[in-house]
Amino acid sequence: MSAKTVDKIATGIIIFITGLIALALIGLLGYILFRGLGHISWHFLTSPPETIRKGGGIGPQLFNSLFLLVLTMVITVPLGIGAGIYMSEYAKAGKITSAIRLVVEVLSSFPSIIVGLFGLLVIVNKFNLGFSLLSGAIALTIFNLPLMVRITEQGLRSVPLQQKEASLALGISKWKTIRSVQLPIALPIVLSGSILAAGRIFGEAAALLFTAGMSSPRLDFSDWNPLHSASPLNPMRPAETLAVHIWKVNSEGLAPDATQIAAGASAVLVITVLLFNLGARALGRYMHNKFTASK
Amino acid sequence: MKKSNDREVATPHLAEEWVGKVYTFICILFLIITIFSMVYFVASKGLSTFIVNGVNVKDLLTGLKWKPDGEPALFGALPFIFGSFSTSILAAIIAAPLGFCAAVFMIELSPKLGRTFMQPVIELLAGIPSVVYGFVGLSVIVPLFRNLFPGQGVGIAAGALVLAFMILPTITTIATDALASLPAGLKEGSYALGATRWQTIYRIVLPTTLPAQMTGIVLGIARAFGEALAVQMVIGNAPHIPHSLFESTSTLTSAITLSMGNTAMGSVQNNALWSLALILMLMTFVFVFIIRWLEGRKKL
Amino acid sequence: MKKSLIVTMALTLSLSLAACGNNNTNNGAKNGNAAATNNATTNNTASADLSGSILAAGSTALQPLVDQVSKEFMDKNSGVSIQVQGGGSGTGLTQVSEGQAQIGNSDVFAEEKLDADKAAELVDHQVAVVAMAAVTNKDVGVDSLTKQQLVDIFTGKVTNWKDVGGKDEKIQIVNRPSSSGTRATFEKFALGTKTEDLQGSIQEDASGTVKKLVSETPGAIGYLALSYLDDSIAAVKYEGVEANVDNVANGTYPVWAYEHMYTKGEPDAATKAFLDYMVSEDVQGDQGDVVEMGYIPVSKMEVKRDAQGAVTK
Repeated sequence: MSAKTVDKIATGIIIFITGLIALALIGLLGYILFRGLGHISWHFLTSPPETIRKGGGIGPQLFNSLFLLVLTMVITVPLGIGAGIYMSEYAKAGKITSAIRLVVEVLSSFPSIIVGLFGLLVIVNKFNLGFSLLSGAIALTIFNLPLMVRITEQGLRSVPLQQKEASLALGISKWKTIRSVQLPIALPIVLSGSILAAGRIFGEAAALLFTAGMSSPRLDFSDWNPLHSASPLNPMRPAETLAVHIWKVNSEGLAPDATQIAAGASAVLVITVLLFNLGARALGRYMHNKFTASK
Repeated sequence: MKKSNDREVATPHLAEEWVGKVYTFICILFLIITIFSMVYFVASKGLSTFIVNGVNVKDLLTGLKWKPDGEPALFGALPFIFGSFSTSILAAIIAAPLGFCAAVFMIELSPKLGRTFMQPVIELLAGIPSVVYGFVGLSVIVPLFRNLFPGQGVGIAAGALVLAFMILPTITTIATDALASLPAGLKEGSYALGATRWQTIYRIVLPTTLPAQMTGIVLGIARAFGEALAVQMVIGNAPHIPHSLFESTSTLTSAITLSMGNTAMGSVQNNALWSLALILMLMTFVFVFIIRWLEGRKKL
Repeated sequence: MKKSLIVTMALTLSLSLAACGNNNTNNGAKNGNAAATNNATTNNTASADLSGSILAAGSTALQPLVDQVSKEFMDKNSGVSIQVQGGGSGTGLTQVSEGQAQIGNSDVFAEEKLDADKAAELVDHQVAVVAMAAVTNKDVGVDSLTKQQLVDIFTGKVTNWKDVGGKDEKIQIVNRPSSSGTRATFEKFALGTKTEDLQGSIQEDASGTVKKLVSETPGAIGYLALSYLDDSIAAVKYEGVEANVDNVANGTYPVWAYEHMYTKGEPDAATKAFLDYMVSEDVQGDQGDVVEMGYIPVSKMEVKRDAQGAVTK
């Protein structure tokens, strides 16, 4: 066989396989959406779940997912950016820094189930936070911190050195330079990275089974005082998220329409993650255009 | 410049600098404390099986029978360890060529289509939650395998296929980055010598990017190794080393999720599960060190 | 509202922990939250108007019932907040024993999971009975199995349905993990012996998954609580006795277990009121949740059973 024929065959195979991957994904998405979309309605998205009767919704679960996301980001972002700044600006090159880097790396590849078990042992039991949104948020923070650190480091590294030096040369303190010069420039990267991290939170279930719990107490959506136990905003209540709900309905569901609920909830979950992805891309592009004045 | 003014500025300046340093340092300290306490707690729980309950380490690592409630109780975790390794490595064997092909397509064949179409596709694949993968695996792959092959459809093959989908984005992204960062002169030189595209890819691109590709694959295996819910739904969960790819078996993660809630904290059955978690954690360290080593080679 | 004040404190502290302002917040949040939890348990003593918060954790088999009843109870007693949590019987017993939950839901007697001295501290409240039936895929053509046949199947002595009067088809076992309360009940009362996990058998903890696999896999056999039975699977008679409520109640069908709600020592007022409501006629009666959700009311049982499995009339 001549080299040219081999080349043609190889190219063909590569295109075929790539097409296959694309097809598999489209099939996967199509399957999830096709099975689930029919079940999605305003009622489904807003009403509470039913244990044994038909017609339960996913309202509280959807709210829990979103609220947990906000709570997690409120904890993760300041911590992650702070640690990221330390790694890229303050840490001196040396044994200790590379050890810290190793630690961050190890943390980022920890299986989520280990994070969940640790959460159960330490956050839920030892700290006595119980199965609660706060426990879930802390577990997810542990899970997402390394990602956030890496993103911040990446963002800061993309800042041109001259800008930093110019600012320092003006006699502006290092911390002020970081806050007012470097961070704003790094913001597009940090922001789109955070949104991707947020998508991960939305879909996580294994870590939450053991921390945020599998039950959703009745919520009173007219009571927005975070101190009341029935208030949706109370961070000390247990909260079942959408991903956990899918797991539960799939495995223990007694309702006659459990399969449809699982399918509908999966579709909602996938659509939300899709929106996060598109949002991250759009925002990244918008910010890039805004800051660089490129058309 | 007036002297008095100078003084006024200088003091908050220093304070500000201090705030920045302390703030970022506390953040990184939090991270470090977290990981050390995690290692400490998982290890102390996991080791108590051996220390408090007197189970032999060697029996746990090499034993073939898992009967925590039996008489006598047996804690042989080898089937789980075998299951974890075989599913995640098989998943990588499936996903690695696919990821490489997708990367070659995106960088060498059609960068435009790659950027506008394949990249979002791959990112989306990464964003699908693992519960949904498990759900699809149980309702599509398991019935399909049941009809095509002897056996019940569950097992290593089904688990590996689901995992392959889940780690494909990781492998593809890293492969793509590696191909993109290749110096252009390398390829052009090869073309100038009259090599075809495939020859260039096979002889030049693949060998030079191999450490990076391997990094991607090991990262993929690490992720597959730790995945819990999706695998548990399709693997069958029998605590035995299977005779075929289509026979029910267990992984470390599936054994943990299956029984953790049913056992009481502090009991030997529960501690044994923590030992499995400890093995899982130690394997994470091993994977990180392999990746470090590979990355070190890449820089040479 | 002292409680709300403490929760605010916990909240603000945890937020400032998030902002990572100074070194001590970590500790502060811990204490604040611990205080909030302690407070929640102690202020239940105001008995005239019930108030307080109850956490019931544990068995996933019992969770739907407790969940449903707790909602009705909260409708009647707006001062009480009840949270129902899954996690499994082991988690429930651990949590009630360590004081993290007020009620521990369990499928099994505490003595079977906890150390004897820990189990002795817990007070048992039996709120319902769950019966289990062996179920098969619809194609196997067997509608009754004897105890010995079941033992043979689950120990792997019989591997083909034709040996127990069915079609010529391989038997596929869909079992529960050895830690499962459902499996413990089934082995104790249907098989009378512990079984090993067979090579090639499938194990799922969740009833929904077991049902799905049994209904789809040719030649499959598993076991489910009566509330999960429907026409996608075939329920098998045990020694010729059909698994239904009457047969369980009069003691002819032996494969059943109590659903327990354990408290540590005597419960406080709100918890006691809830447990009383749980066994009241409203819940246990013919129109109550217990019957509607496929459990069997304790009051209906004509036989009793103790932790050792000894049955008395």
